[in-house]
Amino acid sequence: MIRLKDVEKEYENGTHALHGVSLTIEDGEFVFLVGPSGSGKSTIIKLLTGEIVPSNGRVSVNGFNLSNISDRQIPLLRRSIGVIFQDFRLIEKKTVYENLSFAMRAVGASPRAIRSRIPYVLELVGLENKADQYPPELSGGEQQRVAIARALVNNPNTIIADEPTGNLDPARSLEIMRLLNRINELGTTVVIVTHERDLVNRFHKRVVLLEGGYVTGDGVGYDAK
Amino acid sequence: MKHDFRYFLHEGVDNLFSHGFMSFATIGITVACLLVMGTFSLVTYNAEILLKTLESEYEILAFIDDGSTDAQTREFGARIERLPNVKSVSLITREEATAAFEERTLDDYMRANLTPDMFRDRYAVFVDDLNLVNQTAGDVRAIVGEANVRVDEDIAGGFILVRNVASAVSLAMIAILLVVTVFIISNTIRLTTFDRRDEIAIMKMVGATNWFIRWPFVYEGFLLGLLSAFLAFALQWLVYASVAKGIAAADTLQFLNIVSFDHIWQPVAASFAAAGMVIGVGGSLTAIRRFLQV
Ligand SMILES: Nc1ncnc2c1ncn2[C@@H]1O[C@H](COP(=O)(O)OP(=O)(O)O)[C@@H](O)[C@H]1O
Ligand SMILES: [Mg+2]
Repeated sequence: MIRLKDVEKEYENGTHALHGVSLTIEDGEFVFLVGPSGSGKSTIIKLLTGEIVPSNGRVSVNGFNLSNISDRQIPLLRRSIGVIFQDFRLIEKKTVYENLSFAMRAVGASPRAIRSRIPYVLELVGLENKADQYPPELSGGEQQRVAIARALVNNPNTIIADEPTGNLDPARSLEIMRLLNRINELGTTVVIVTHERDLVNRFHKRVVLLEGGYVTGDGVGYDAK
Repeated sequence: MKHDFRYFLHEGVDNLFSHGFMSFATIGITVACLLVMGTFSLVTYNAEILLKTLESEYEILAFIDDGSTDAQTREFGARIERLPNVKSVSLITREEATAAFEERTLDDYMRANLTPDMFRDRYAVFVDDLNLVNQTAGDVRAIVGEANVRVDEDIAGGFILVRNVASAVSLAMIAILLVVTVFIISNTIRLTTFDRRDEIAIMKMVGATNWFIRWPFVYEGFLLGLLSAFLAFALQWLVYASVAKGIAAADTLQFLNIVSFDHIWQPVAASFAAAGMVIGVGGSLTAIRRFLQV
């Protein structure tokens, strides 16, 4: 479960990015976080992954209290979340398979667990034939599916995606959203940051609207409020 | 999570080869520094051994006035023996002194005319610390009389000065080179962390612990240090053996007794290995501390 309560975030340079944001996302939910550029969406993501700390208020994610989390607990928090970015962030000189095994190895998975887990995840994202390809040999949509596979590979209970379709054409974008929707149906909480209204409107899901650091809408559909 | 030795070692070796030329250059410089450190240490060590020999052979001669009775002579010996810095005292009678002189001198005329009454009884006084020989000589003078003591101060003083300067220079040199090598290795590892920044970011993102991320760099430093130590040791052996051979062959350097490398190779090897590991791990920890903050 994700819970923000009266969260303020002021960056060192004085930018006040979030104003009293309160938000609860239950386990198993699928939520779009939308809003114009600079409204604070990525700031919320960074708070959830423990990259930054709130200036005020409470943030808790999967049982971890982010306001006073210790350095030793941060890795544990991050293992409960899979993160996806607009720019994929794959290692170009590693194959698809190696990108995934690298992520598993990093959290101490055994070679045996790696061998049994990766084919399953690759099949889930539809890349079972691309295991030995290198990222630059893949299309943008395929690369983003590798990134999704990597986010899933350690079996997190939450997937957080920051503009995952920002670099993709509409058809690929829709595929990615459908994939994330399917992952949600398999039981994973999914939070997607986007500002693509049309795409959001194709799914009848909860939409949280952020404007200027304030939550200004929360309901089903982009235009709800 | 248990320490995945094989994985970290593999990644550490990977790091070494990921910028082979840089690793090669780092090892080259580290070997040179270790070789200089080793050479200074070995010179100091030999000087120390030489000084010990000199110390054990060095004597203050305290002559006894002819008028003294046996009891007075024994009394002098006992008082000298109680002085600080005196290791031992041995009485050399005029007969023994005559015999010794006879053995040493080549002049037949003098040998033929030697008589014990040309000599005096004397004590040979051996000291613990050559540094304090002047003070001890003064103490002995106070017992047997100002004019009755002979000391080879210049030899002692000169050699001690050389030894002291050599060890001070060695220590300073070693300290400086330690810092230099730690810095060089740290810099190389900093470059690896830079090469791997994307991978490090991903590891952090998926929840790797800090030490999981750091260990490969520690191994990299460890390997750089150990490899350098191994090469430096081999070179040191060659250099030392050939210098020792040269000294042994030179007529004018016969007084220099160089310790054979065969006798000291184990502690030397251990010191090189220890220095290499300290430098390597020190370098990687420095790099990690400054550039792998989470
Ligand atoms: N590291 C930072 N330091 C200072 N200001 C920042 C930083 N990151 C974001 N901001 C500012 O905070 C506000 C919200 O940014 P962000 O959360 O990235 O918005 P979004 O993702 O919705 O486009 C913006 O005004 C942005 O300039
Ligand atoms: Mg953003």
